Amino acid sequence: MGKYVAKRVLMSALTLFLIVFVLFVLIRIMPGDPFPVERMTAEMIAQKRLELGLDKPILVQFFDYMSMLMSGSFGNGTSLYNGAPIKPILLACLENSFKIGVLAIAFGTTVGLTIGIIAALNRGTVIDGFCTLLSILGVCIPSYVFMIFLQYFFAYQIPFFPYFFDPSRFLFSSIMPSMSLSLLTISTVARFTRNELIEVMNSDYVKLAESKGLCGFELIRRHVLRNALIPVVTVIAPLVVDLLTGAMVMEKIYGVNGVGKLMVDAIAGEGIDYNYVLALSIVFSSLYIGIMLVLDILYGIIDPRIRLAAKEA
Amino acid sequence: MYNPQPSDFEFLGARDIDVDKNFASQGYWKGVAIHFLRNRFAMTGVILVGVIMAFAILAPLVSTYSYQEIVSITGADGKAIVAKSLSPQLAGGADNLFSDRTFLFGTDDLGRDLWTRTWQGARVSLIIAFVAIFIDMLIGTSYGLISGYFGGAVDHIMQRFVEIAGSIPTLVIISVLAIFMDKGLGLVIASLLVTEWIGMSKIARAECLKLKEREYVLASRTLGAGDFHIIFKQILPNTIGPIITQVMFSIPVAIFTEAFLSFVGVGIVLPQCSIGSLIEAGFNNITILPYQILPPISVLAILMLGFNLIGDGFREALAPKLEDM
Repeated sequence: MGKYVAKRVLMSALTLFLIVFVLFVLIRIMPGDPFPVERMTAEMIAQKRLELGLDKPILVQFFDYMSMLMSGSFGNGTSLYNGAPIKPILLACLENSFKIGVLAIAFGTTVGLTIGIIAALNRGTVIDGFCTLLSILGVCIPSYVFMIFLQYFFAYQIPFFPYFFDPSRFLFSSIMPSMSLSLLTISTVARFTRNELIEVMNSDYVKLAESKGLCGFELIRRHVLRNALIPVVTVIAPLVVDLLTGAMVMEKIYGVNGVGKLMVDAIAGEGIDYNYVLALSIVFSSLYIGIMLVLDILYGIIDPRIRLAAKEA
Repeated sequence: MYNPQPSDFEFLGARDIDVDKNFASQGYWKGVAIHFLRNRFAMTGVILVGVIMAFAILAPLVSTYSYQEIVSITGADGKAIVAKSLSPQLAGGADNLFSDRTFLFGTDDLGRDLWTRTWQGARVSLIIAFVAIFIDMLIGTSYGLISGYFGGAVDHIMQRFVEIAGSIPTLVIISVLAIFMDKGLGLVIASLLVTEWIGMSKIARAECLKLKEREYVLASRTLGAGDFHIIFKQILPNTIGPIITQVMFSIPVAIFTEAFLSFVGVGIVLPQCSIGSLIEAGFNNITILPYQILPPISVLAILMLGFNLIGDGFREALAPKLEDM
């Protein structure tokens, strides 16, 4: 197990390093100049370059950036356009996004699992049909359509929920954003859980357990769920990642000050804020790779065959 | 006890003896086609996509207005009056200055006909769909097949590359592309180009690993076939089932990616329009003009539903499970 984890961690670290390196080099070698040529003289630009360390070779710049990154700051740490430091803004945004994301994942997997289990236990009935319909709708209707309708009906037509996210009333105002964000998670997890459960319930060892006299909840918990959940864990991984993309739209619709909105502002605004793009890309990539790593390790814990395979390799 | 008589039996003659009427043999593709055509859900999907496609092709051609045109009439004082933010209306029925005009979906806040714009947007989505097919077929499949076929060091390097490419979040790729490119259809297509092939390459590789050990491949090699002949002429035709399924499922993903990018403001830019940018415009006006968002959202949902149903139909038809039969 230790070797398996170490291998995964090393691979992830290497990937992250490569991504940061490529991003950094791409942004540095791109044509154009970060300074407004028409408003600055050549000496001012040279002065500024010296100040920001842009006169050094790219590799040296990269290692400077990496060492600053290790000490917890993003490069020279300011927005190119208004000069405000990146780190505090980024941290505040990350907190908002993270809270809503965790809520959405928790809500989505719980509801998805429940629906999937109920559907599998009532296979072929109206309940099952309803659950299937729900999961088809969840896959086909983009979550932002759902978000817009939810907001229109339950915040505007019936003003029950707040129209926008409000950090001071966190729990109440994040119900709608996290619920709408979890739609895809619910439907995918429900469909997968149902299919896996049905497959496992038809297997010989479950029939054996049944014939020994186990039944109902105890049978599901001790024999069925453990094996059925392995594939479900694998679908959760890409879903968590999709959540990052979904969050971008969600944050726009519900006015959340989150990382997705920060990214949109950095690339869709008047000019592109390279410092922000770089910092946010690093954050996104670390999140993504971190999540994948955790899920890989989790997968190894649930299914011993995987870590055995890794040991042999 | 009954003794069988010769008259109980009838001689069929040489003509019919090798035709099994009960379990008639049929070609693989014929079986797939029959299975697909009998699948009600898949046929619903075909009809949904077909209807949208027909409207997307025909509606902008026959429409009175172009999708960029701001509809206006000259008022009594000689100034232009623009048909801004009209709700859906038929000619003759409405009680306003434009009562002789038909706006089936209404007009937007600049006075453009939403009927034309919606179908123009659907065109963009369908273009994106075809680009996605192209990317999947060309890049993903070749990459996967080559990686799987050669194995060893080639496979190792190519798979590490896939692993690294796959662990870059799509958002990061898009934002880096946004630095180098102008916003618009080009950016959307480029981001699909960089991200969409990975899933397909994995499937093609897995299929190739299975097939390359088969005897017919060995036979072909013995006859002197080159590597690329084996990959593209011998192995590729046998992997077509899973590949078509994957292609069908990557279409809705691509359409959604465009809608998502245009919605957050890095996709299609004005005065061009797409489903995503129309939804964005509708969203901005949703509290005052809620009818504006309905057409693009419906088109998007129908397209997603349609392609997903077709994909499911293909999956079942190409690899039927016992319980579906």
